[in-house]
Amino acid sequence: MKNKYSIFSLIKNAFSSHENWQRAWRDPEPKKEYDAIIVGGGGHGLATAYYLAKKHKMTNIAVVEKGWIGGGNTGRNTTIIRSNYLWDASAGLYDHALKIWEGLSQELNYNIMFSQRGVMNLAHNLQDVRDLKRRTHANRLNGIDAVWLNTDEVKKFCPIINTSPDIRYPVLGGTLQKRAGTARHDAVAWGYARGADQLGVDIIQNCEVKGIKRDGDQVIGIETSKGYIKSKKIGVVAAGHSSVIANMAGLKLPLESKPLQALVSEPVKPIIDTVVMSNAVHAYVSQSDKGELVIGAGTDSYVSYTQKGSHNIVEETLRAILELYPIFSRMKMLRQWGGIVDICPDASPIISKTQVKGLYFNCGWGTGGFKATPGSGDLFAHTIANDEPHKLNAAFNINRFVSGDLVDEHGAAAVAH
Amino acid sequence: MFIINCPYCGERDQTEFSSGGEAHIVRPKQPTELSDDEWAEFLFMRKNIKGIQFERWNHSHGCRKWFNVVRDTSNDKIHAVYKMGEKPPVNK
Repeated sequence: MKNKYSIFSLIKNAFSSHENWQRAWRDPEPKKEYDAIIVGGGGHGLATAYYLAKKHKMTNIAVVEKGWIGGGNTGRNTTIIRSNYLWDASAGLYDHALKIWEGLSQELNYNIMFSQRGVMNLAHNLQDVRDLKRRTHANRLNGIDAVWLNTDEVKKFCPIINTSPDIRYPVLGGTLQKRAGTARHDAVAWGYARGADQLGVDIIQNCEVKGIKRDGDQVIGIETSKGYIKSKKIGVVAAGHSSVIANMAGLKLPLESKPLQALVSEPVKPIIDTVVMSNAVHAYVSQSDKGELVIGAGTDSYVSYTQKGSHNIVEETLRAILELYPIFSRMKMLRQWGGIVDICPDASPIISKTQVKGLYFNCGWGTGGFKATPGSGDLFAHTIANDEPHKLNAAFNINRFVSGDLVDEHGAAAVAH
Repeated sequence: MFIINCPYCGERDQTEFSSGGEAHIVRPKQPTELSDDEWAEFLFMRKNIKGIQFERWNHSHGCRKWFNVVRDTSNDKIHAVYKMGEKPPVNK
């Protein structure tokens, strides 16, 4: 690997005031033709390109991105990583990702600041208790670490939680996945971009896809703002805009795109050293290394591409946060933003071939795609390279909406995905 | 976040309403004769348009009546509101 980052390169560059660091990736013009094109330069798209080049030796490939890499949902999520999903198919998918996360900084030679600080999911009513205990058992049968905590153990693990029985939605317990945690989301995009670039992948930014060209049922290229590019394999990883790209190819997807919001507070000293999620009252919170509280809110109930989100959604979340963490009552929120998430009817993703030959879709991650980034890229690369799904993403094909074989994670993952 | 002009109650905040998704998806007349593909199309496949979308809304915290809205999903501007059964005032 050229330009390997290490303690020595850090010291060497310190002597020249850090003015001589090389660009982490090139800024090439598109070639006329590629063996494969990935549409969408977010974490999933860049990871797909990286694994296509690394594991499947497809190096004549490009990633086209309409804005800048990592500027979409990769830079807008709350960076939570976990794999405690209910169903076998999901457990396989998300734990595959988690296992890659565990060695990713070393593999990419890029510090993605992966922190296994644990994710705790709270139960607030009897049904929550039953569901979460069931999920704990299901997780353990699938080899995924999970423990049930009673109210006292929740309080011990995260002392600032208000566990009084007198609040509107008292804490009746919770589950804990210790291997879960967070990572620096921008670094994930940058690390994969640098890794892919060094393997020869062209990362083409400010290049919007305007059309998808078909010859009968075979895809043959894309029209972009930088001209026509030929390719017989096109993998679309466009998150909230997946339906827009699908429409260009004459396809319809089972997706609805909605704004999902998050917000951060002013930075404070370390106060919460884990991630706490609560599905029932819809509040989840962690603390970034800068000291900001990172708070995830819900989606708007209607289709929209506005990347804003409604105030009433934020209000609901903050109301729950304040009841669970009275200590935050005087904190000021600094920033709020929205990202457009593509939601599947069964709250599970699609990593699949389509009826158009050479056209692949990786979409439908809804509110919870970040955690799957490395696994999603790896499996999508496998699907594109072999024109066949890997056994871990076979269940996530688009035909499940015809066969009825859905992977219904709604009840299991609920809103706080 | 926007204001919706309910055809029965007048202008109210969007939070009073529930979105019913894409409008004018007709329930199959003879469900028993439908293939799996046609069922998937009816149940799950959506246009999910970025731009002018025809959609159903319910004034769930008001008169509880259903009606249709023409809204631009790229900026949340509402172009028309019309009652159930009425013809869309703009070309579909």
